[in-house]
Amino acid sequence: MIQLEGVTMVAGNFALRDISFTIPTGGYGVLMGRTGCGKTTILESILGLRTIQAGRIRLGDVDVTELSPALRGIGYVPQDGALFMRMTVRRQLGLALDIRRVSASQAAERVEELADWLGITYLLERYPRGLSGGERQRVALGRALSFVPRVLCLDEPLSALDSETRQQMCELLGEVRQRTGVTTLHVTHNLDEAQRLADPLFRLADGRFERVDASVGRGAP
Amino acid sequence: MAFSDRLFLTSMAIIGGVYVLLIAGMLLADFAYMARQSVAAASDQEGWFSVITHSPIVDALRDPKIRYSIRLSLISCTLSALLSVFVAVPLGYLMSRVRFPGRRLLDAFLDIPIVLPPLVVGLSLLILFQFAPFSWFAPSIVYQVPAVILAQFSVACAFSVRTMKATFDQIDPRCEQVARTLGCSRFQAFSLVVFPEADRGMITALTLAWARSLGEFGPLLIFAGSTRMKTEVLSTSVFLEMNVGNLEAAVAVSLIMVFGAVVILVLTRLLGGAPEDRVRALVRPPESAGRPSGLQEPGDGA
Repeated sequence: MIQLEGVTMVAGNFALRDISFTIPTGGYGVLMGRTGCGKTTILESILGLRTIQAGRIRLGDVDVTELSPALRGIGYVPQDGALFMRMTVRRQLGLALDIRRVSASQAAERVEELADWLGITYLLERYPRGLSGGERQRVALGRALSFVPRVLCLDEPLSALDSETRQQMCELLGEVRQRTGVTTLHVTHNLDEAQRLADPLFRLADGRFERVDASVGRGAP
Repeated sequence: MAFSDRLFLTSMAIIGGVYVLLIAGMLLADFAYMARQSVAAASDQEGWFSVITHSPIVDALRDPKIRYSIRLSLISCTLSALLSVFVAVPLGYLMSRVRFPGRRLLDAFLDIPIVLPPLVVGLSLLILFQFAPFSWFAPSIVYQVPAVILAQFSVACAFSVRTMKATFDQIDPRCEQVARTLGCSRFQAFSLVVFPEADRGMITALTLAWARSLGEFGPLLIFAGSTRMKTEVLSTSVFLEMNVGNLEAAVAVSLIMVFGAVVILVLTRLLGGAPEDRVRALVRPPESAGRPSGLQEPGDGA
């Protein structure tokens, strides 16, 4: 479960006030809104990368409002993947497990399993330079899922992809949900993507946050 | 291409070309002068070999004073460059990543050593060491070898900080944020993700600081003095030789410095990574000061 309760965040001249919403455990929340409306700001608050001025943030039954990003246990996939340029794909997938002092053999097993599932086994020894958009996003997704997070945050994960790759990634994200049951918050400005995946769908416009019926949402900005 | 376009590009090329010719002319003149003196000195001898052995450069390399000066230059430049990068990495990182009140002011403040007249830097160092707690160490620093390194460091570091800030600015902060969500502390995110990506920037910062230290003169003259076989570095040698009217030796030492600077420049180009990176990092002038990052300025500030 991801729960925000009366959250207020201020970033320079920009402010979002009294944001409240809940994504039930295993749900796939999609947050829609125009570029610059504060979607990423909300995501950063949940991740702990931005301090909030008021309100509480809960993940499951844990109040994480005061926790550092490292302790929140959230998988994060930013827009362009933000892969670590000087690490092989294998090392990126295993990093979170290393940090958690998981035994080397267990970590290696987990990396192989993830890579196999995401179809990136052939990339394991490569560095990010030269990977295609789809490959980058798969690696970023694998890295975020490596430590079996309870929550997954995706920031426009498909926006830089061509339409065919986008279709494949959409299917993959559906599969992730089925297979892991991870509670997800997916931020996008693409309505089509939102309607395919959302459960539930939210819209952010002019600082107001509202839940919309995914099936009726067609035609909205 | 239309005539007006051609005229435009040609005019740009002519104006820009004047400066390129000036640089080439300065270097060529040094070499031509050296060649003339070598030939003149070897006029009563036979063969090309004697031209080389009678060259003022060889004379300079034989001179124990110049040898000492070369050795001290190499050591002091290396130490001050290492020290500069050691300081510039944390400072550049903080300036690039952390938003705090007075950040812009501090950013401008860090340019002071770049815009300040070099003599004033030296004088300020000298005055600083009259006050406690610095004055306690003054006898072992002022007019001693440590003063050479400190004087070089105080200017070179500003260039390193600029380079490192630009380097960290180019590294996507998202990577660090992702690392933190993966469980890394800030230190782990820095050392595992950011630091390895900054390697080329650090090499540029190191070579830039090294070359800058090699050309340092004004602060040295005032803060470290120009005592032969003690605080004499190559730029000091040029000055001292000029003072006694030995133009030949001065040009010879200058050419040795040109050689050192060229080696450093080539190393930077080879190690400095992708062309666009190194152009941005090396040629990019300091933001607020219009002054170029002068790689070779033996007479700087005199």
